[in-house]
Amino acid sequence: MSTASQSGTEKAIVFENVSLRFDEQVVLDGLSFELDHGATKVLLGVAGAGKTTILKLTLGLVRPDNGRIFVLGQEVTAMRETELFELRRRLGIVFQESALFDSQTVEENVAFRLLEERVPEHEIERRVLEALRFVELEQTLNLLPAELSGGMRRRVAIARAIISNPEILLYDSPTAGLDPVTSTTIMELLMKQRDVYHTSALLVTHRLQDAFMMATHVFSREQNKMVPVPPGTDWDSKMNFMVLKDGKIFFEGSAAEIANSDDQYIREYLTL
Amino acid sequence: MAFSLGQYVKENLLAVQEYSFLSWRAFANLFSQPRYLGDMLQQMDVIGVGSLPIVVLTGFFTGAVLALQSANSLARFGALSFTGQLVSMSMVRELGPVLTSLMVAGRNASGMASELGSMRVTEQIDAMRALGTDPSRKLVTPRLTATMFMLFFLTILSDLVGLAGGAAIALILLRLDLNEYWTSAWQTLRYADVFMGLTKPVLFGFIIATIGCYYGLSAKGGTQGVGRATTQAVVAASVLILAVDLFVTRLLMVMLGPL
Repeated sequence: MSTASQSGTEKAIVFENVSLRFDEQVVLDGLSFELDHGATKVLLGVAGAGKTTILKLTLGLVRPDNGRIFVLGQEVTAMRETELFELRRRLGIVFQESALFDSQTVEENVAFRLLEERVPEHEIERRVLEALRFVELEQTLNLLPAELSGGMRRRVAIARAIISNPEILLYDSPTAGLDPVTSTTIMELLMKQRDVYHTSALLVTHRLQDAFMMATHVFSREQNKMVPVPPGTDWDSKMNFMVLKDGKIFFEGSAAEIANSDDQYIREYLTL
Repeated sequence: MAFSLGQYVKENLLAVQEYSFLSWRAFANLFSQPRYLGDMLQQMDVIGVGSLPIVVLTGFFTGAVLALQSANSLARFGALSFTGQLVSMSMVRELGPVLTSLMVAGRNASGMASELGSMRVTEQIDAMRALGTDPSRKLVTPRLTATMFMLFFLTILSDLVGLAGGAAIALILLRLDLNEYWTSAWQTLRYADVFMGLTKPVLFGFIIATIGCYYGLSAKGGTQGVGRATTQAVVAASVLILAVDLFVTRLLMVMLGPL
């Protein structure tokens, strides 16, 4: 296993000049970015821009053709698959289609990682209930994924991702195809995870309103709901945006910068 | 044309490499922790107990038709009393292991390919990897050990039921003495025959499980891709069983001396 570079140890995620192509199609072309501990980066871009691929590269599920990737100080690109399993246990991911194990109950899905780690049964029960309570689905313990709605499945996937208190969370379009009310509920859960547990995150989304909601709101523990970010708060270091185009970073900056950008492509993208 | 041929060869070589790598990992997993004993027992139930009806039926009818066909030829030489011997040798050395394996391949290689294929196309395999669990350890190794172990016993059962099928024909249609049938069937068998007959199912079990899992884990292209993987798994496993059977038979003949 390679040792991480200086920047790799200080950041949650570091991409250094990462390139990837599938057959003749260039997916990522010399991509470099960093994610600070406790920060959230929103990945935007048209379909096929490589957003989901970035999440898979972060987990080592896909290998780049060139470049280096550091996650929590470890060089993912230099690790073998068997070494990666240990690192992946410190991360959580919510897939776009939830990817719940369809022959297992909600309880078994959420408990999966704990069962693998041979955690005592009473401890598993307690933590599963806690995770399901976090997503407000504690009544679905014995249901199969097929018996849940799309939004509920997404929330179970979040519970499965957070049960082992990961240091980094990767969200792949967590609100895609959901109604506005359910989307808001899920975004509130993401905010809660960010503001209460200070988990670093990469968020892929096509719904700009969700991304801006994340940037302009904060979860209040006292009120147990999201509230607008108090004026004068320095929020840019915690929350920023990255727009991908043709395998490269086209824009990287804060919510205010992207909203006020004069670039024609950004303007078109925001008004789509 | 040259490009497409080159591409075809390259893809197939890559597939062989991936299959070999998966098989090696599934086997090597047996010697390190964690081991999924619960999953293995569950697979033993699905593969072993679940295959009992088809194995019993196949064995019985194969033994019966073998007795019928061989009696037809043996009668010409006045050697009808050798029916038990012929059924016994054929069932134990060849037909028992091969037909049982082909039946289990049709039932379980397809089951493995479709189950793992569905998991693959719905990102459940990726989810498992992302959750820090090795799919080759959790999904492939239990299926591999369960198939190898259960196929061994299913073959023994198939041999016995096949002999019983032959006995039924010998008694009802050929009017042979049952004592004579069973005695000749029993006495003709040597340890080398039994060894050959019980080595094959272990190897065939390896083929069924690894082929089924390989096609499942490499499925792509949605439900159509899962269907394609399932068909390919059954075809590949069946052909491989018959091909390996030839080489193993020859190898064991050389190793054990003339049978």
